[in-house]
Amino acid sequence: MNWQTYFIEFSYLLASILFILGLKGLSHPETAKRGMHMAEFGMMMAIIGTLMHFEIVSYTWIIVGLLLGSTLGAAMGVWVPMTAMPQRTALSHAFGAFAAALVGIAEYYSYTHGFKPLAELGQVKMGAMGFEIMLGSLTTTGSLIAFGKLQGIVPGKPLVYRGQNIFNMTLLAVTIGLFIYLIFVPTAVIPFYVMLGLAFVFGVLLVLPIGSADMPVVMSLLNSYAGLASAATGFVLGNNVLIIAGTLDGFSGFILSILMCRAMNRSITNVLFGAFGSAATATAGEGEQGTMREVSMDDVAVQLAYASKVVFVPGYGLATAQAQHAVRELANVLEERGVIVKYGIHPVAGRMPGHMNVLLAEANVPYSQLYELEQINPELSSTDVSVVIGANDVVNPDARDNPSSPIAGMPIIEVDRSKSVIVLKRGQGKGFSGLENPLFFKPVTGMLYGDAKDTLTKLVGAVQHA
Amino acid sequence: MSPTNIITALYVFALAAFLGYQVISRVPPLLHTPLMSATNAISGISLVGSIVIAGGTGPHHSKVAMVLGFIAVVCSTTNVVGGFVITDRMLRMFKRRETKK
Repeated sequence: MNWQTYFIEFSYLLASILFILGLKGLSHPETAKRGMHMAEFGMMMAIIGTLMHFEIVSYTWIIVGLLLGSTLGAAMGVWVPMTAMPQRTALSHAFGAFAAALVGIAEYYSYTHGFKPLAELGQVKMGAMGFEIMLGSLTTTGSLIAFGKLQGIVPGKPLVYRGQNIFNMTLLAVTIGLFIYLIFVPTAVIPFYVMLGLAFVFGVLLVLPIGSADMPVVMSLLNSYAGLASAATGFVLGNNVLIIAGTLDGFSGFILSILMCRAMNRSITNVLFGAFGSAATATAGEGEQGTMREVSMDDVAVQLAYASKVVFVPGYGLATAQAQHAVRELANVLEERGVIVKYGIHPVAGRMPGHMNVLLAEANVPYSQLYELEQINPELSSTDVSVVIGANDVVNPDARDNPSSPIAGMPIIEVDRSKSVIVLKRGQGKGFSGLENPLFFKPVTGMLYGDAKDTLTKLVGAVQHA
Repeated sequence: MSPTNIITALYVFALAAFLGYQVISRVPPLLHTPLMSATNAISGISLVGSIVIAGGTGPHHSKVAMVLGFIAVVCSTTNVVGGFVITDRMLRMFKRRETKK
């Protein structure tokens, strides 16, 4: 080994260690920033190390690529609003997976077109490469569809048709069949490109039937796939830092998927193949609804102003209405009057894990006021007013009380235990899941219709005059 | 890849998986969004693979591979830079107590 190789390998080792330390920092908000700076430094070292690679013939495209990517990345990083974080994340999963797929295709091309000795392309390498390309391509298109759904370009409702699961499974089976064939006959170029194409199509079909409310699981799962595709790249190139970073990413996504599924009391297969939100309406509407009680702005303002403890429960509606700053203003006014304000955050509130926390943090809400599901539930019986902002399923008491409900067993924030519940809602329609919510018909609940941001801003004024 | 290399790679994979599980299960739900964007940025390390391909390795480097490598470099760099910038931006917002402006 010459000195360059040592330098490169050392930079990769350093990067691996710093990545792990960086993620370890994320176990607490106080240490997180320092952790990220370490990871950033590690990344820089790894890139500098790679540029020393003695095999590199021309730097032109590398530099153009780095500059172009940095510009795009920095622009996205600076200008994307916090409410659009799920879309941005979906897009970055697509980019990451696409890069992995491209590296795999480039390697395959080089081997089969005589640029690299074909003898070196053994079964193990072909296996890793096929895995990388398959996972990379399906994650690319899957993430793009997720992006489209989150951005509103693709309809958020699940897209289902008869025999969908059978069709998708067959497609996947054919793709995997081609993959296995390629392991034994790596030079079969046509099956290779067919496999590539089918993987792209499968990604689209995989995400289309999944409803918007299940996005937190899908996002985590795509995160996991993108990571594993990177790890597979590491196997293909024989590069340890790639394996380590890809595996960390893959497992992070995997753990998040499990947490999200647990927070909905559903299995991953159910999310992927259940097409939730279309068939669910069948069990809803059993007639025990009664009437919803609409309350006036002033009434709510008085309740809030003379409460001793108020809990806000945000949902995706908070993000769509961009109401995070308005909540904060209302909370400020209440705190000045001596009201204790807390926020109860359900793990699957919003469109990605932790979505609500980030939005509220953006509005300058201190994180000591953000409470997890298990922490806030015991406090609700001593809460005077719970304010539900654009959340629906996560506060649906049917999950707890009605065993035949499609969301039965899902842990919820039990706002109906508090003395009064105010639901801020755009209209009388059902939530994304299409489920009826008995909370809205309980005597303790008052409905306040209108745009959440608008309502909250008006409430600030009303509380000040109360 | 020689058999020893494969075994070593599998060791690295298995240990990274265990380590990842230990480290990531300690991340509180509060920071799950930053976690996702951070791991995203970190796995953009596949950039190092793309760089070598875009630079045209070997005596008879392939033009097609270089073009694919170039696109991969752009994608990965976007993820690395964008991911870290956004993670930093998010983490700056998390404060224990409110800071009066």
